Amino acid sequence: MYFVWWIFWAFVQLIVLHRLGLNWEISLIDASISSALLAFFCFDAVAIFYYYQPGKNNRAYRFIFALGITILFCISTKWALTYLLPSNQEYLQFLEKSMPVRFIFALLIISFVTLLNWMWNNIQDQKEKEKRQNDAEQLAKEAELARLRQQLQPHFLFNSLNSISALAGSKPNEARKMIQQLSDFLRGTLKKDDQQTVSLKEELEHLKLYLEIEKVRFGHRLNVKVDFDSTDLTTKIPPLLMQPIVENAIKFGLYDTTDEITIEILSYVKDNCLCVQVKNPFDAETQSANHGTGFGLSSIQRRLFLLYARNDLMITEKKDGQFITTLKIPQIKN
Amino acid sequence: MSKVIIIDDEPLARSIVLEYMQEHKELEIVAECNDGFQGVKAIIQHKPDLIFLDIQMPKINGFEMLELLDHTPSVIFTTAFDEYAIKAFETNAIDYLLKPFSKERFDLAIEKWKLKYANNDPEKNLQTLLENTPKQPDEKNRIVVKNGSDIRIVPVQDVMYIEAYDDYVKLFTKDTYYLKKKTMNYYEEVLDSTKFFRTHRSFIINLQELTRIEPLEKNTYVALLKNGKKIPLSRTGYAKLKETLGV
Repeated sequence: MYFVWWIFWAFVQLIVLHRLGLNWEISLIDASISSALLAFFCFDAVAIFYYYQPGKNNRAYRFIFALGITILFCISTKWALTYLLPSNQEYLQFLEKSMPVRFIFALLIISFVTLLNWMWNNIQDQKEKEKRQNDAEQLAKEAELARLRQQLQPHFLFNSLNSISALAGSKPNEARKMIQQLSDFLRGTLKKDDQQTVSLKEELEHLKLYLEIEKVRFGHRLNVKVDFDSTDLTTKIPPLLMQPIVENAIKFGLYDTTDEITIEILSYVKDNCLCVQVKNPFDAETQSANHGTGFGLSSIQRRLFLLYARNDLMITEKKDGQFITTLKIPQIKN
Repeated sequence: MSKVIIIDDEPLARSIVLEYMQEHKELEIVAECNDGFQGVKAIIQHKPDLIFLDIQMPKINGFEMLELLDHTPSVIFTTAFDEYAIKAFETNAIDYLLKPFSKERFDLAIEKWKLKYANNDPEKNLQTLLENTPKQPDEKNRIVVKNGSDIRIVPVQDVMYIEAYDDYVKLFTKDTYYLKKKTMNYYEEVLDSTKFFRTHRSFIINLQELTRIEPLEKNTYVALLKNGKKIPLSRTGYAKLKETLGV
């Protein structure tokens, strides 16, 4: 491409020189020599800029550099042509006269090349910067998702361990069973990746492990009703969205009253979304004093936003002494 | 024989304390409680020497329960994880057990308690602890009060004003008032300063209840509340109140 370009220029110069009254031979020598030299110096300029880029504060360097290259070009052109055509007095006079024009022309070309090179470099830099920024954003998003997902409630963990400690003395078999459940639950929490969806069935099993552990902790005070009969258990959903909602429901249900409580968890399909509803009883008197959704729910809200860029996928309402959290998971049809 | 009460909402957490206690024949467990309400009743009824107390419990937490008592026994806190509270424990001479705890650690706590119990009263330490424990998020929005045997949770926005009353404060709501063994400085510190304002050495008002500032005499003013109650304004209180309201 570069080469073709210069052949073209040599041709143009040949025509111009011939029009100015030089014979074909001399015109050809002149045109090819000066074009070749100009091509060489332009290439040089680009090559040098490839290794050395003047900073933003010394833009003038580029021009001084272009000027220097042009002077070099003129000297070498004059020298080469004088060397090749020493006997032709008429031509040498012409060469002498045409030097200023050649100089200006070469300066324009070289400056133009330098400018192009500078612009191209700028665009590259910009692209690279954008790419870096995108990468950084993606990484930050993934890290945030991971952190939100693995936000284990230390209360849950330490209290479960305490229950195990209590069982170990009196009922070692139950202690062993609970260790198993807790380990499976923790493994499930750690291994999951947001980019991969899991089946509803798998999530439900994870949730049941959690509920089993909580039942051991709270004994008869906690009752749970789970009804997922009306939904397809092979439905794919992002992992660990349901458990924090249930955790929140248990926490508020149990800490809001001193009685036995029943948590209801049910699912249905509506508007192409899988909906999961969690209900827990609450006490209006205590609740009016404790506003706020608590960490559990705000982190779910944030995750849903990161995953679906929507803020309307989790709804909470209070009805007949029940606190109802509804989670909507959009289903992407293949 | 010393009397002991265990207060924890998780049955297994109570059972491990029971198990560890078996060797300590000099201690007798007189009650086990599920929550702070039962705790208050049992403590009034049995007057125990020592209680094991969980912090996170239904309705009211362990600290709020202690605030309801006129005479507090020695307390060993048992908690799973509570960064604020633990910091407070560390700076106060009161023992706490982090769940799950070992038998050795439990025995050590009992030993420490016996040493302390022999030569001073627990109440003073406990008062400093309660004053210095940072409030949990829930607690900032409610005040737990007791009227006879009736325990109430009052949302802070229902408190119209607070008046100093000897060693107590009176918390006035729409229909009644509650006595609480706290200081004015405590409430000035704890309550949201954009909603509550200390008008005077002995008064804090809920700014939502304020309707007018009226002159009383030359250079003296009173704050008029919606229910018609006039609250004295000190000179500095008046200047600050004007600043807070931006007038």
